[in-house]
Amino acid sequence: MKLDSQEPSGPLEDKWNNHLQDIKLVSPNNKRKYNIIVVGTGLAGASAAASLAELGYKVKAFCIQDSGRRAHSISAQGGINAAKNYPNDGDSVWRLFYDTIKGGDYRSRESNVYRLAQNSNEIIDQAVAQGVPFAREYGGLLDNRSFGGAQVSRTFYARGQTGQQLLMGAYQAMMKEVHSGKIEYYPRHEMLDLVMIDGKARGIITRDLVKGDINKFEADAVVLCTGGYGNVFYLSTNAKNSNVTAAWRCHKRGAAFANPCYVQIHPTCIPVSGDYQSKLTLMSESLRNDGRVWVPRKKGDDRPPNEIPEDERYYYLEEKYPSFGNLVPRDVASRNAKLVTDDGMGVGETGKAVYLDFRDAIKRDGIETIRSKYGNLFDMYENIMDENPYEVPMKIFPAVHYTMGGLWVDYNLMSNVPGLFVAGEANFSDHGANRLGASALMQGLSDGYFIIPYTIGNYLADHQPGDLTTDHKAFTEAAKTSEDQLQKLLSIQGDKTIIEFHRELGKIMWDKVGISRSKEGLEEAIEQIRELREEFWTNVRVPGEMTYYNKYLEFALRVADYFELAELMAIDALDREESCGCHLRDEYQSEEGEAIRNDEDYSFVSAWEYQGINGKLKTKLHKENLEFEFVELKQRSYK
Amino acid sequence: MSTMTIHLKIWRQKNANDPGHFEDYTLDEVSEHMSFLEMLDVLNENLIKEGKEEPVEFDYDCREGICGSCNLVINGRAHGPKHKTAVCQLHMRNYSDGDTIVIEPPRAAAFPVIKDLVVDRSAFDRIIEAGGYVSVKTGSAPEANLIPIAQDVSNESFDYATCIGCGACVAACPNSSAALFTGAKLAHLNLLPQGQPEIEKRTIAMVDQMEKEGFGDCSNHGECEAVCPVGISISAIAEMRKDYLKAVI
Repeated sequence: MKLDSQEPSGPLEDKWNNHLQDIKLVSPNNKRKYNIIVVGTGLAGASAAASLAELGYKVKAFCIQDSGRRAHSISAQGGINAAKNYPNDGDSVWRLFYDTIKGGDYRSRESNVYRLAQNSNEIIDQAVAQGVPFAREYGGLLDNRSFGGAQVSRTFYARGQTGQQLLMGAYQAMMKEVHSGKIEYYPRHEMLDLVMIDGKARGIITRDLVKGDINKFEADAVVLCTGGYGNVFYLSTNAKNSNVTAAWRCHKRGAAFANPCYVQIHPTCIPVSGDYQSKLTLMSESLRNDGRVWVPRKKGDDRPPNEIPEDERYYYLEEKYPSFGNLVPRDVASRNAKLVTDDGMGVGETGKAVYLDFRDAIKRDGIETIRSKYGNLFDMYENIMDENPYEVPMKIFPAVHYTMGGLWVDYNLMSNVPGLFVAGEANFSDHGANRLGASALMQGLSDGYFIIPYTIGNYLADHQPGDLTTDHKAFTEAAKTSEDQLQKLLSIQGDKTIIEFHRELGKIMWDKVGISRSKEGLEEAIEQIRELREEFWTNVRVPGEMTYYNKYLEFALRVADYFELAELMAIDALDREESCGCHLRDEYQSEEGEAIRNDEDYSFVSAWEYQGINGKLKTKLHKENLEFEFVELKQRSYK
Repeated sequence: MSTMTIHLKIWRQKNANDPGHFEDYTLDEVSEHMSFLEMLDVLNENLIKEGKEEPVEFDYDCREGICGSCNLVINGRAHGPKHKTAVCQLHMRNYSDGDTIVIEPPRAAAFPVIKDLVVDRSAFDRIIEAGGYVSVKTGSAPEANLIPIAQDVSNESFDYATCIGCGACVAACPNSSAALFTGAKLAHLNLLPQGQPEIEKRTIAMVDQMEKEGFGDCSNHGECEAVCPVGISISAIAEMRKDYLKAVI
C-alpha cells in the first residue's frame, strides 16, 4: 500500500488555486458519459450529488433513511464557521486555519486545513443564496456568535437548528437535480460492499431495505459520504441508524483507515439515566457562551445547586483556563468533567454529571434574551430531564459525538483505492485529533460543494467510461458474499439479542477506549472485544428474514462491523504512545491532566491496512508523516 | 424510581397488501424516565427473546426530535399527548400505571404501510422535487451580505423552514391533506428575496404535485397545526393560497 498525499507545493495560500489550475478537466460533453455513485445524503453527500449533477455527470444517490432530508447532519445544532470577519474582530482565513490546526492538536495536514478555511466563506454565500435562513441583525445582515477554541465570533447559525437548515439547502439542491433527471435517487438502500475491478472502485452492492433484495450498481467513481462511527460505543449522540458498515466494507476492500482512535467526546450532553437508554442527547456547545460550568467544591455535597453559596462552587474551567474559560475546546472540557467527577465532585443521582448554570447570564441579560438564543435547547432539556433550566442549572456530562478518524484520503479526497472518494465525517481529513465546534458542517459542505466536484474530474479525465455491466463476476461474487453474511446472521438463532451485544461492546469501548486510555486497559479491551465478537457470531439472535423490511437485521450487520472496527480502534490507541487532542493516554499527561504530545515520534497519520480477520484482526500500520512548514508546533495552551 | 405496568394495542401489518390488525401486549417495569420509543425497544427485546412473534417495526433515527423519521399515532393523536413534541421526545412520565396505549401508523392513502408502523412517505420527497428549492448552482452565489433581509422576515421564514417532514399533519387531517407541509416549504422560500424569481413556478408545481400524490384538500380544520411537533403555524396554508392565487390569475 502506498500513501501519497498529493499535496501541492508552493505557498500555503496558493496551494489550492495552483492545484485547480493544474488538475485535469472533463469536457461538458464527456461528463454525461460518466456514472458517479454517491453514498449517503448528509451535508457532504447531498452537496456533492447536487454539484456533480449540475456539472453534467450522471449521479446515483443512495441513503439508508426514507428520505435524504433525514441524514444525521440534520441534528447539528450550533453553527458553521466561516472567516468572513463580519464582526470586525480580527478574523481571517489564516486565523480560522490556525485555530483549526491548533484545535486538532497538530495532527492534521496544513494544506487541507488551509483549503477548508479558504472555502468557508463561499459556503455561507452558497447557503444564503439557497434560502438558508441564518440568524440576522436588525439591519438585515448576518449575525455571528462564538464557539469553543476561538477568540473571535465566526459562527453563523440558525437558532439551534443550523444543521437542519443547511441540510435542507443541500437536500433541496439535490432534489432539484432529481427533478432534472441527472440524479437517480435511492432512499432506504444500504451499501453492503464496494466492488473492485482491476484495482479500481467500480460499483457497490446494496440492500433494498424495504424489499430486502440485494442490488448491484456500477460506476466510474464512488463517493462515500456515510458519516462517522461513534455508534460503536452504543451510546452516543449519533442517530440510531448512523453506522460504519459502508466505510468498513471499503476498508476491507483495501482502503486504509486513518486514525481510528480519534473520537470526540462532547462535553455538554444530557447524562445517562438507565439501562434502557438508547442514545444520548447533545446540548449545543453554544450554551457555553453563556452557561458557567461548575461542581460543588465539597465532595459528595448533596445540597440543591441553588443552595450552594458562590464560594463553595468550583468553576473549574474558568479557574484553570482564565483566557478561554468555559469556551475551551471540547476535548479539554470533557477531560476536566471526567477529572472532577472521578474526584467525587460530580452531581446528580449517579454522580456522573456537572452543572451548566445560566443564573448569571439570566441576571445579566434577562430571561427573554436567553430564551431567544437557546429556547429550543432549554425546552429539549426540560422535556428529557423534567427540570426547568431557567431555574435550576442543567446537569451535563460528556458523550461520544464525532469521529475525526475515517478512511484515509489524499488532497483530492480520494482514498488509496483509485476511484473511491470519501467526504465529510467519513474521511479523516481536516480535524486532526480534535474537531472544533461548528467545523463539521463547514467540512462536509466544503468537501461536497467545493472540492469533490473539481478533484473527481482529475481522476475521471484519465479513466475511460467503459461498457462495464453488473454482470461482471466481481459484482456477482460481492453480492453473494453480502447475501451469505446476512443468511449466516439469521441462521445463528442464539440466546442474546443484538442490542445486548452492542451494549456490552459499547461498555468496553467507553471504559477502556473512551475519554482516557491506558496500555493495560487497551490490551484488556482488545482481548474482551475478541471474546465478545466470537460469542456474537455463535450466540446472537436475529429475528425475521432478509426478504422484507427488517430493522434488526440491519442492526445485526452493523454491529458485526463494529466488532471489527472496535479492535482496530483499540490497536490504534495502543500504538499511539502520546496524548493528543481527544486521545488521552494516562501515561502521557502532565500533573494537571493536560495532554502531552510527542511530536518527535508521533507526528504522523496512522493509516491501517486490513489484512484479514481470524479470531484476531490482522492489520498493518502505514505512516503518513505530517510536515509543518507554516505553523510552529506548540503545546496547546488555553490558560 | 417508580415503574409502571403499561398495556399496549399495537397495529401489526406484514406489508401493504396485508389487511393488518391490532395486537395486545403488556409491559411491566416501565420506568417513567424512559422515552416512548425506548419503551418500544424494550417490548421488542422481549419479543425477540420469546421468539414467537417478530419485533414491531417503527421508524426512527435521531431520537432528538429533528430528523422527522418517527411519526406514530398514539391514542388517536399524531406524536402523542404532548404539545409540540415529536414522539421520540415523549417520555413515559406522561403516562400512569395501568394505562392502555393504542399505537398506529400515520394513516393516509398517500402513505402506504411498509410494515407495522412504518409507512412510505416518499410523496413528500416528490413534492420538494417538484419545486421546493431555489435554483442556484454551486459556485454562482453572490457574497452573502449583499442580500440583506429584515430580521422579522428572516425569522418568519425560519419558523416555516423548521418543518421536519414527519407527516403528522397528514395523519391528523380528516382529509389527509399535505397542505401544512407544502405550505411551510413554500412560505419558507416565498417569503425570502432569494425565492422571488421562481415564486409562481414553484407554487404551482408543488401544489399540483401535492394533488397528484393523492393528498386531500385543506378545509381549515386546523388539526395539522395542533399536532405539529415543531409548531408550524396554519398561516403557512394561507400564504400558500395567496401565492397560488397570484400565480394562476
